[in-house]
Amino acid sequence: MTNSWTDIKNTDLVIVMGGNAAEAHPCGFKWVTEAKAHRGAKLIVVDPRYNRTASVSDYYAPIRPGSDIVFLMGMIRWMIENDKVQWEYVRNYTNASFLVKDEFGWSDGLFTGYDEEKRDYDKSSWDYKMGEDGFVQTDPTLQDPRCVWNLLKAHVDAYTPEFVERICGTPKDKFLHIAEMIGECSSPTKTMTSMYALGWTQHSKGAQNIRGMAMLQLILGNIGVRGGGMNALRGHSNIQGLTDIGLMSNLIPGYLNIPTEKEADWATYMSTRGFKPIVPGQISYWQNYSKFMVSFMKAMWGDAATAENDWAYHYLPKLDVPAYDGMRMFELMNHGKVNLYFCQGFNPILSFPNRGKMTEAFSKLKMLVVMDPLTTETSHFWQNHGIHNDVDTAAIQTEVLELPTTCFAEDEGALVNSGRWLQWHWAGATPPGEAKHDTWIMAQIFLRVKKLYQDEGGVFPDPILNLTWDYADPNEPMPDELAREMNGRALATVYDPKDPTKVLAEAGQQLSSFGHYRDDGSTMGGCWIYAGSWTKDGNMMARRDNTDPDDTGMFQNWAFSWPANRRILYNAASCDPQGKPWDPSRKIIEWTGEKWEGYDVPDMPVTAKPGETLPFIMNPEGASRLFSRGMMRDGPFPTHMEPFEAPIANVFNPRMRGNPVARVFESTADQFAAIGDPEFPFVATSYRLTEHFHYWTKHNPVNAALQPEFFVEISEELAAERGIERGGRVRVWSKRGEVWAKAVVTKRLRPMQIDGKTVHVIGIPLHWGFVGAAKKGFGPNSLTSQVGDANVETPEFKAFMVNIEPSAEEPVA
Amino acid sequence: MNIDLSRRGFLRLAGAGVAATSLGAMGFGEAEAAEQAHVRAFKLATTTETRNTCPYCSVACGIIMYSKGDVKAGETAELIHIEGDADHPTNRGTLCPKGAALKDFVKAPTRLTKPRYRAAGASEFQDITWDEALDKIARAMKDDRDANFIQTNEAGVPVNRWTTTGFLAASATTNETAWLTYKTVRSMGIVGFDNQARV
Repeated sequence: MTNSWTDIKNTDLVIVMGGNAAEAHPCGFKWVTEAKAHRGAKLIVVDPRYNRTASVSDYYAPIRPGSDIVFLMGMIRWMIENDKVQWEYVRNYTNASFLVKDEFGWSDGLFTGYDEEKRDYDKSSWDYKMGEDGFVQTDPTLQDPRCVWNLLKAHVDAYTPEFVERICGTPKDKFLHIAEMIGECSSPTKTMTSMYALGWTQHSKGAQNIRGMAMLQLILGNIGVRGGGMNALRGHSNIQGLTDIGLMSNLIPGYLNIPTEKEADWATYMSTRGFKPIVPGQISYWQNYSKFMVSFMKAMWGDAATAENDWAYHYLPKLDVPAYDGMRMFELMNHGKVNLYFCQGFNPILSFPNRGKMTEAFSKLKMLVVMDPLTTETSHFWQNHGIHNDVDTAAIQTEVLELPTTCFAEDEGALVNSGRWLQWHWAGATPPGEAKHDTWIMAQIFLRVKKLYQDEGGVFPDPILNLTWDYADPNEPMPDELAREMNGRALATVYDPKDPTKVLAEAGQQLSSFGHYRDDGSTMGGCWIYAGSWTKDGNMMARRDNTDPDDTGMFQNWAFSWPANRRILYNAASCDPQGKPWDPSRKIIEWTGEKWEGYDVPDMPVTAKPGETLPFIMNPEGASRLFSRGMMRDGPFPTHMEPFEAPIANVFNPRMRGNPVARVFESTADQFAAIGDPEFPFVATSYRLTEHFHYWTKHNPVNAALQPEFFVEISEELAAERGIERGGRVRVWSKRGEVWAKAVVTKRLRPMQIDGKTVHVIGIPLHWGFVGAAKKGFGPNSLTSQVGDANVETPEFKAFMVNIEPSAEEPVA
Repeated sequence: MNIDLSRRGFLRLAGAGVAATSLGAMGFGEAEAAEQAHVRAFKLATTTETRNTCPYCSVACGIIMYSKGDVKAGETAELIHIEGDADHPTNRGTLCPKGAALKDFVKAPTRLTKPRYRAAGASEFQDITWDEALDKIARAMKDDRDANFIQTNEAGVPVNRWTTTGFLAASATTNETAWLTYKTVRSMGIVGFDNQARV
């Protein structure tokens, strides 16, 4: 989230699209209720299903799963056509006036540079025209036909309200009604917030869905303001933290990158990370990359990382592919190329797509290690459970170790909520039986492997033998020690570069800010964005002061919010170019004539002048991007792409399948239903229920009683068409698998008219498996395909094609 | 203000106050004694209170856990009740149908209590000690790493990656667990590293 849960109370309009917050985030959704009750805010829901959020909305419109870009580009078109633009914001704080290379263009659904063979774009034309001075060329009058604004206007021209109705199935009058509601928020004193979740990310073009809304929010001037923002409602309690700390194939904590093998040495790696400003006078904060990176290397390898050995650069692995993400690893596993696999608090047999392939893949492992508070389907993947897990146990040669871990109640440490608050929690219960903390288990694994290398030698033991491990009890590093290590500390005295007599931190002292990180080896810090969370004054994450002066919703002294305890990102954009709030009643910070001050930590050097220093300080432009250059694989603007399985072909280009640059594995390329395949006529989508959390609460007898049994949701019309009774048993199948379920026949889903065809949507909730307290059932992953988002490989769970029929009898396994 | 007053202490005080004033003031001295003789002591008054956050979604509602026994004092502590933390700015004491049933998640019948091992082809798990399990894992890792670690690519560039072992990290472990996991996995050169952000 750019903003926080408590900030939602400051909004005038909430749009929930790509999520179902009332159901999946109920206690956060209370802030929508608060805004409605006390500000008169309105709530719009756009979703394939009249869901629980829709039931308390002011206005609802249906949309076909996987067509969101069309809706959003249609919205942008309408705003431009009807002059619902926060012009001063757009002119000053976005790249609207930047000129783009003449070679850049779009036709037939594709941008310039497409290579069908490689399924990739040559993105060289997707960039600005640069002047000889090294700065981007602009036309502040927005007259130049090659400026971003005019290219955007041309790009969205196809997305008329009629086109939206044809592709999304959203009736034109409903679309226009929503456009008018949203258009009001182009006023500098009205603001809209976007709340979305996996309904937008789990598509082969998920990142472009989010870009679409972010662009709309910029056009309305709603980024950086109270009650505005792009608010990703993260699904799990610390998935924000796990991502911040870089537990992904290609990440280093704080959103730094693992090198690729093209970056053969430190100098090459750093050469593309200079982040020189391309607009005069801008901050381009990533210019500090080397400080964050060197401090990370020092946190990892201490004295073994020196300037002479390029900070132990070769201790880091180098990637030969963009990432060894989950889906790639399971594909490699299926080819017999993975021997050993660990699952820490993760149940991939139900969470990753294409269950049949997943089971095959796991069956090829030599050893699987599962660490979890609960027993899981993954740790039992080899056990036969009839139709619910129909495997040949004796033939599966995988050894499995199931290790009991503690859960939250028995553990201490910080979790990062969706609003980037790091909140500390304490243990209040004794772990059951022999269950152990994950930290103890990881330490045991590490120390035992290290000992084997010490005793036996072996291949490249250096990064293992030299890993910093200076914990009081090496067998069980404590949460406070680990938190301090992530925050960072001075290794030598750190001086103020502006005043070399001024000491910022003595050697050994915790750093108070990432502004004190250095790239000369004098500081260490595991995760730069967490700097300030554990300073010399102690644990800032444990703060519990819930005062909130003037009821702004900031709660500055509650816990710690990264970065720098800032509650609203880009908050300098809440002020006009003179440094005064667009809306004085919703002030966050303001320019006093000498410095920035206010309720939140300014997202700007405190003495940087407004109008000169632009508020998007992480970007070399200083401005936000309506045109994202070559930063995304599938285009600098979002363009309509059908899901890989869809009831109709892409009307821009019938030959185009799904996202034209999304990765498709050869082994499953034939596992997609054909476009408009009569065998798979119905669109399916997955979702959560409020009574359950993922695959966890089916272990809880209370939640298992609240929602005991797997079901699928269908319209009355589809039930009639297929002869399905209310509560009857049905079989649902895709090109990849089948499930059996109860049929819930409802008015919440209605058939849609898509490009002249009647299209039915089937809803498939995701909470059942074959272990736990609930009845045995299935997850949607038995049906879904292995294709993911072209930029980040989030699997396409939210739009795929299935068939359904009544199933009178319990099938025999 | 900083909220340090324990809820349990507050309730104990408030409860005693109500009993003393309402009955005593009305002149029911004997009735008061009789009343006190049969009223059960407030259950939470004898518990240890711990602040925590809900482990499910990313709203991260504040919760208060009530236990018999004090973990901090080195005692065995049994969780007996969980409720919403009214001091927490986000949830202000409320919990959803999942959070309200949290205690029964902690005490789920399918919680794991000891390490188990499934041998190749076996139809059941068998118990294994922690030492045996961890030694087995370390041995398997060392052998696989030594056999399959890629030190240089065809061009002779040091790449130092290990692709035949993978690690899926969680979504609800603490930052501190995440960091220790990161250090362990990265130091060994594992690149098949992912978390639950996408699913």
